[in-house]
Amino acid sequence: MIQLLRPAQAGTLESNDIMITVAPGKAATGIVLELDSLVMDQYGEAIRQTIAETVAQQGVDDLYIKAIDRGALDCTIRARLLAALARAGVIRQEAVV
Amino acid sequence: MTDLRRTMLFLPGNNPGMLQNGGIFGADSLILDLEDAVAPAEKDTARLLVAHALREIDYSGSETVVRINTLDTFGKQDIRAIVPCRPAALLVPKVQTADDIRAIAAEIAAAERPGQAPVGIIALIETPRGLAEAYPIATASSRMLALAFGAEDYTAALGAQRTKEGSEILNARAALVNAAAAAGIQSIDTPFTDVNDETGLVADTAFAKQLGFKGKLTINPRQIDSIHTVFNPSIKEIDWAERVMQAIRQAEAEGSGVASLDGKMVDAPIVNRAERTLYLADLLGLRKVGKA
Amino acid sequence: MKNRLNREIPENIEGYGKVRPFAGAFATEPDMLRQAPAVKRIIPGEGKLLTSLEAVFKKINIADGMTLSFHHHFRNGDGVVNQVLAVAAKLGLKNLRVALSSIFPVHQPLIEHIKSGVVTALDTNYMSGPVAEAVSQGILAQPVVLRTHGGRARAIECGQLKIDVAFIAAPAADEYGNVNGVQGPTACGSLGYALPDAEYADYVVAVTDYLVEYPLSPVSIPQTRVDYVVTVDQVGDPKGIVSGTTRITKEPVGLKIADTAARVIQAAGLIKDGFSFQTGAGGASLATAHFVRKMMVESKVTGSFALGGITGYMVEMLEQGLFKKLIDVQGFDLDAIRSIAANPNHLEVSAGYYASPYNKGCAVNKLDVVILGATEIDTDFNVNVVTASGGLIMGGSGGHSDAAAGAKVTIVVASLLRGRLPIIMDQVLTATTPGETIDVLVTERGIAVNPRRPELKEQLLSAGLPVKDIQELKLLAEKIAGVPVPVVTGERIVAVVEYRDGTVIDVVRQTRR
Repeated sequence: MIQLLRPAQAGTLESNDIMITVAPGKAATGIVLELDSLVMDQYGEAIRQTIAETVAQQGVDDLYIKAIDRGALDCTIRARLLAALARAGVIRQEAVV
Repeated sequence: MTDLRRTMLFLPGNNPGMLQNGGIFGADSLILDLEDAVAPAEKDTARLLVAHALREIDYSGSETVVRINTLDTFGKQDIRAIVPCRPAALLVPKVQTADDIRAIAAEIAAAERPGQAPVGIIALIETPRGLAEAYPIATASSRMLALAFGAEDYTAALGAQRTKEGSEILNARAALVNAAAAAGIQSIDTPFTDVNDETGLVADTAFAKQLGFKGKLTINPRQIDSIHTVFNPSIKEIDWAERVMQAIRQAEAEGSGVASLDGKMVDAPIVNRAERTLYLADLLGLRKVGKA
Repeated sequence: MKNRLNREIPENIEGYGKVRPFAGAFATEPDMLRQAPAVKRIIPGEGKLLTSLEAVFKKINIADGMTLSFHHHFRNGDGVVNQVLAVAAKLGLKNLRVALSSIFPVHQPLIEHIKSGVVTALDTNYMSGPVAEAVSQGILAQPVVLRTHGGRARAIECGQLKIDVAFIAAPAADEYGNVNGVQGPTACGSLGYALPDAEYADYVVAVTDYLVEYPLSPVSIPQTRVDYVVTVDQVGDPKGIVSGTTRITKEPVGLKIADTAARVIQAAGLIKDGFSFQTGAGGASLATAHFVRKMMVESKVTGSFALGGITGYMVEMLEQGLFKKLIDVQGFDLDAIRSIAANPNHLEVSAGYYASPYNKGCAVNKLDVVILGATEIDTDFNVNVVTASGGLIMGGSGGHSDAAAGAKVTIVVASLLRGRLPIIMDQVLTATTPGETIDVLVTERGIAVNPRRPELKEQLLSAGLPVKDIQELKLLAEKIAGVPVPVVTGERIVAVVEYRDGTVIDVVRQTRR
């Protein structure tokens, strides 16, 4: 069970980007995702899934994520999320995909 | 023969929009930039963006190069994260000595996955020391693909004024071309920084071609077409090259040992130039098939 | 019932009436006379000048249920609509129909008037901003009628849109009703969209803040058609009316698309003497003019005319002899105004001359090429310019369908992905311009040619252009962005989209949220 050490953020509000903030979640609350997206109707579900899969791969259990999406592609979402998790101390900087 | 690097377009590594669109502009080579384009506080997230872009974005048609940071700043982490993503080459900034290249090569070797095609190195010469050591740098590793010139930092280090006219970098340009040629690798010229001056860009690129550069660092997609047009063999040049080859064939058919064209002897350097011109013309689809 | 594009449309729409379904771009012929307002007279010595908008309302006896019309040459700098409707509200009028040729964010007060019942019907060619959003959310009981620029002129001329009072914002006027658009602090250039109203409305009122000595010259709207003239402090905000100078975009993807579009025009063999051209006012559309111009200069070509919304860029081309004439229905910047006032080769034309399908020949019929935008395009090449993400109204045909029908070659320029959204769908949410009038789609990742134009496709392929099947481009977009979930709208119809001939090409339904 991997815990976050501290809240952290990565990404910007520029077009095609996603700003992701992660913070430690209370024990046993699971992954709580607050998503705001320019393309919520068309890609909301897909974004949730990409975030969930990436978090699961890193083995994090209790996590609060706030994501403000400006039309980011999957690879961008993954990259920004991993950067936020690395900044939060969950994964080492060298871990990539 | 060598790969086309007429244009090497910089894409800021922390900009998802530019990274995902980078492949549409028709540049021969794309430089995903982790160095000057990225603020220190964002190096980590840019590295991840570029790594994911290399793995997931289709850049077919363009070579992918990553400009890493220097080894004594973020370069080691860059190499470890980026090399397994299979870029064609790394562009290394502020190269001073052959030892710098050897250190980079060792880091790359350690990061490469089994069976991966070797990642090349392009050295960015942008300091007086780097220029002085250009030939040792160019021969420091079998991974070396090209020397590129960065005139802005170079002239700043000289304490000289950087101008469009360019006398202050004439010696550096020529020396760099020479060192690369002596080492059997390519040379790539410094970017033309005024994106609104198309006439100036064409003149600067024509001069670079004249000096022997094979391409130009490119800082804006708008520059690509103009630079390609300059580096492409012109109709006159193609025509001349075809006549050279025709002269060679004629001499062989006549059993004569020496070919001549327009009253001049056609010797090895001329043949080389003609062959290279026709090779490029074919690669770029500039020759009409069936032409005499 | 299904119309020719397979869109499901009710036979009768409440608040609109019986539907004549779209049957094809040129399938429906006219079967009516031109509408004729009552003949008027004014005795020598009588005056037309009134001192306030309220006086106008009282003089004409404007009553509940009337149709008031306005032009949109002031764009987001308009002041007349809000001032007139404020008076209507003050006088307790109800159930007015507002026929305003385009609605902008500045018209936000309309929302209040709709809520309070002053305005219960809208008739327009384009909507953006808060009013568009409110309409999408269902604020009006009656559906909005969305027309094309040519279609509005046709509807006015042929009696489908009967205007009781046309309030014409006049940059310059004299006391007897002569009006032009090129003088005064709110000069806007051509008054093309006001001309049909001036010809056919029952009452025509010139609203100005710049009264000149009689007689005004030049004259765009003659005194013989104007009932009253009223002065107000300010008819509009010059800063919202014209931009300083229109600049070509520097955005690299847009430039790449524009460059490719110009190559398409060249490959189609159109860059030769006599070439005629229409382009949009910004983005990749206007940027195409930049690349076409280079080709014309290189080939030493003199074009015949450029058409449309005119910007300083087109004026430059006229002044440099690249085109012989400009045909102008709307001016966008100061250069366009300066030129139309001074250059006899820069012609002001009415909306009907520009684009009406029911007259003896409109200008779009003579076009070689038009460059258009799109929010969506489907695999049959039908284009949506009315709704965007989520089904929200953010535009309208304007001259889109008209120019597409008239031009020899119609090119749509668009990014394959707008943000993350693929622009190519199986079916557009709102059909605005039918695929039969769209010839080429140019994106940054390839070109698609309508299968109806095999000879054009051959020309483009021979020129080495990246021609792909439109299905292929759609799949490429979905590969990059993922397959989008289709938008689900509500049931209620909030707008009826008429094609230029008055048939119904589609409807807009309420947004779900």
